[in-house]
Amino acid sequence: MEMPAPDSTILSRKPEIVARLRDLLPDDAVIWDEAETRAYECDALTAYRCPPLAVVLPASTEEVSAVLAACHDMGVPVVPRGSGTSLAGGALPTADCVILGVARMSAVLDTDYANRVIRVQTGRTNLSVTGAVEEHGFFYAPDPSSQLACAIAGNIAMNSGGAHCLKYGVTTNNLMGVTLVLMDGTVTELGGAHLDAGRLDLLGLICGSEGQLGVVTEAVLRILPSPEGARPVLIGFDSNEVAGACVSDIIRAGVLPVAIEFMDRPCIRATEAFAGAGYPDCEALLIIEVEGSEAEIDEQLARITEIAQTHNPVELREARDADQAARIWLGRKSAFGAMGQINDYMCLDGTIPVSALPQVLKRIGELSRDYGLGVGNVFHAGDGNMHPLILFDANKPGDLEKCEAMGADILRLCVEVGGCLTGEHGVGIEKRDLMDHQYRPDDLEAQMAVKDVFDPHWLLNPAKVFPLAASAPRREARA
Amino acid sequence: MTHRPTTEAELSEIIASTETPLRITGGGTRPIGTTSATTGLSTSALSGVTLYEPGALTLVARAGTPLAEIETLLAGEGQRLAFEPMDHRPLLGSTGTPTLGGMVAANVSGPRRISAVGACRDALLGVRFVDGAGRIIANGGRVMKNVTGYDLVKLMAGSFGTLGVLTELSLKVLPAPETSVTLTARDLDDATAIAALSRALGAPWEVTGAAHLPGTGDTHIRLEGSAASMRYRAERLATHLADLGAFNANFDAEDTAALWAAIRDVRAFADTKGALWCLSVKPGDGPGLVASLPDTQALYDWGGGRIWLLDPSGTKGAAIRDAVARIGGHATRLRGADDLPAFPPANPVVARLEQGLKARFDPRGLLNPGLMD
Repeated sequence: MEMPAPDSTILSRKPEIVARLRDLLPDDAVIWDEAETRAYECDALTAYRCPPLAVVLPASTEEVSAVLAACHDMGVPVVPRGSGTSLAGGALPTADCVILGVARMSAVLDTDYANRVIRVQTGRTNLSVTGAVEEHGFFYAPDPSSQLACAIAGNIAMNSGGAHCLKYGVTTNNLMGVTLVLMDGTVTELGGAHLDAGRLDLLGLICGSEGQLGVVTEAVLRILPSPEGARPVLIGFDSNEVAGACVSDIIRAGVLPVAIEFMDRPCIRATEAFAGAGYPDCEALLIIEVEGSEAEIDEQLARITEIAQTHNPVELREARDADQAARIWLGRKSAFGAMGQINDYMCLDGTIPVSALPQVLKRIGELSRDYGLGVGNVFHAGDGNMHPLILFDANKPGDLEKCEAMGADILRLCVEVGGCLTGEHGVGIEKRDLMDHQYRPDDLEAQMAVKDVFDPHWLLNPAKVFPLAASAPRREARA
Repeated sequence: MTHRPTTEAELSEIIASTETPLRITGGGTRPIGTTSATTGLSTSALSGVTLYEPGALTLVARAGTPLAEIETLLAGEGQRLAFEPMDHRPLLGSTGTPTLGGMVAANVSGPRRISAVGACRDALLGVRFVDGAGRIIANGGRVMKNVTGYDLVKLMAGSFGTLGVLTELSLKVLPAPETSVTLTARDLDDATAIAALSRALGAPWEVTGAAHLPGTGDTHIRLEGSAASMRYRAERLATHLADLGAFNANFDAEDTAALWAAIRDVRAFADTKGALWCLSVKPGDGPGLVASLPDTQALYDWGGGRIWLLDPSGTKGAAIRDAVARIGGHATRLRGADDLPAFPPANPVVARLEQGLKARFDPRGLLNPGLMD
C-alpha cells in the first residue's frame, strides 16, 4: 500500500499555511507542532501512519467553511476526520494535508419526537445520539461496533452499518438531511426533516462518499421508537454449510430477525478463551435476535427454533432473562478483542450473497493453510457481510505484506461470487487498489466524474477510494 | 418514432450514434414533467428477471420488466417489494404497463415508506445504465450491504432518465406478513389526525401505514404481522390513542389490502379536475400548510409527511410552492397548472452541482432534455 509523495512546495509553505489557518480560528483550534500532530497520524488502520502538515478543530459550520475556502485558495489538500475509528484508512493523513477534525462539533441542535427526527452536529458520537433520545423511548438505528467512539460524520462518510441493519438499514437509510460544506467553502443544505429528494438525490450521493465530496457539519437523522423488548437465541452447528442453510431457511420462512450473527470455530475458540461466555465448542454458531412484546418474541423464537431443529443443531440455547441474553451476546461482542489477544489482526469487510457462504468459508480455510496465517470468521450472516480476521505478527518482517496479500485474495473471492469489496467499512486506502477488480474503467470514471463536480481540484481526501493510477491524472492536474 | 432496443449493447449503440434528443420511457405510465425531445427511447423490450434468490431476499431484473410480473413472481414465494410502489395510471389517466425501470427512475414508494423499510431508493441494491455518451455503467451490486465506491445507485433512483437510461436493477425484497389490520377513526380534524398518526408512529408497534383522507375525514393506521401479534398491537395502539380519537380495528386482511391500495394510488383524486401536487414536508407542518391554502383538498400519507394536494382551480401553484419553501420540503406538480415546472426549484448551489452532474453524465444533453428544469 503506497501513498503519493507529498507536494514539497506545500511542505515548504507550512509557516504561511499555518499562519493563515490561525487567522481564521481560535488559538487552540490549530495544531502544527510535530509532537502534537502525531496524535493524528493514523486512524484505526494503525499499520499506516503519517503525521499531517497541520490539524484544525473548527467549532462551527462557519469555521469549517472558512478553513476549506482558505485551503482551496492555497491549494492545500484536506483530510476530514470524525473520531478516527476508520478500519479502512479513511482518515489517514498525507504529510502535505490539513486534517479537519469535527470532534468539537458535538451538540444536539434539535430533538423532535413528534416528527421522529434529531438534528446534531456531526462530531457527536453514534451511541450518544441514541443516548440523547432513549429516555423518550427512541433510538438511532445504525450501530457499528465502534459506536461508543465513532462520530456521525464518519458514519455518513462511510455509510456505516452494524449488527441490526438487517431490519433497520444502514446510515443512508436513516439519514434525512445534511449541512454540507464544499471544498471551496460553499455551504448548502440537502434534505431535512421531510422524506426523499424532490430532485436528484444528492443526499444519497454524499452518504458513503468517504469525505471526498464535502464536509458534513450537521445531520438530520431519523429516530425510531424502541421495541418493547428483544431476545437472542444461540444455535450451534457441526458444519458451516448447515448453519448457512439454516440462515437461508429462516429468511425464506418469512421471519425477519433484527440480527443474525455468525461465528466459526477459530473465532468461537478464541472468544471462549478470552471472555468465557460458555459457548459450545462447535464448527459454527448463530446468534439470532428478535424484537417485540414477550409473547411476540416467544412466537418468533418458536418458529426459528423449529426451523433450526430440522438442521440438527448441536446446541440450542434460548435466553430466559436479561443475564442469559447478555451472556449470549458477550462472546460475539468480545470477538475482536479476543482475536487481538492472540495476535495482531486485519479485519476484512467483504459482502457475499448468503447462498455463497459455505463455498466462501471453505475457500478462506484453504487460503489460511496456504498462507500459514490463522483466520477467524465473525459476521452479519443475514446480509452476507463477512468480517474475516486474519492473524499476523506485526513484528515479524514480511508478515504484514503476507496478510495484505491474503486479504486481497479473500476480497477478490467475495467479488467473484457476486459480492463486493466492502459492506460497511469503506474503501479508504485499504481496498483502493482492488477497486478495478469490482468495477470496470467506465464504472470508475463515472464515480470520479462525480468528484470532479463537487471538488474540481481534487483537494478533499484525494488519495483514497480510487486506484492511485486511475486518479493520478486528476490529482496531478492540480499541481 | 420510438427506439425499442432489445439488449443493453443495442441501447448503448443507439445513444452513442445519435445526435437527436431522446424522450426516455419505461412503460410510459408516469408522465411527470415534460421534455423537448420528440424521439422516444423505451426500455420496454429490455425485459426479464435475471436472478431471484428468495433465501437472500434478492431480485435482479431488466429495466423493462413489467412490475406486475415481478409482483406475481415474488408473491409465489410469499415475498414483495416492501416499499409498495403506487400505480400512477388511475391518477394521471395514463395507459401502458408500469415497469421496474420506470418505478426506479421516479423513485416510486407508497404508504409503507414511512416504516423502517424506507423508499424505493432504500431497497435498490444495484443499477446498470447507459449514460448520455453511450457508456455502459454498473454501480452497487446484488448484496444488501455495499459501500464500495460512490453510491450512484441513489443518484439514479429518482433521476427520471436525465443522467442515464436504466437497463438492469437489483433490489432487496422482503417477506410478506401473515396478516394485516387497519385501525380507523372517523371525523378527526387534520391537526388531531396528524397528532394521532405521529403518536402511533412514535410507539413501538411498528405502524406500516398512516394516512388521513379528505372528504370523510377517515384516519387509518395499518399494522402487519402474525395474527396473535395483530390482536395485541391493535388493542395497545387503540388504547394509546384513545384521548385523540376512537380507533376501531378491522382484522379482515382483504379489506386492509383494498383500502391501502386505494390510498397508495390516491384514488380519492382520480377522475378529478384541476391541478394535483405531491408535497413532502415535516409531518407536523402539514395541517397548517393545508389550512393556509383555502379551497384545496388534501390526502395525507406517511403520517402527514406526504400530502397529495388537489387544487381544483389550478391557480394556486405559486402559492403552494411559496408555502412549502417557507417551512422546508418540496412540491412536485403531477398534473394541471402546466405553466409551472413539474419539479421543485433547486437552490443555486444545488443547481450548480446538478448541472455539473448532467454535463458529465450526459455531455450532449440528449437524455430527457428540460425534464427537470
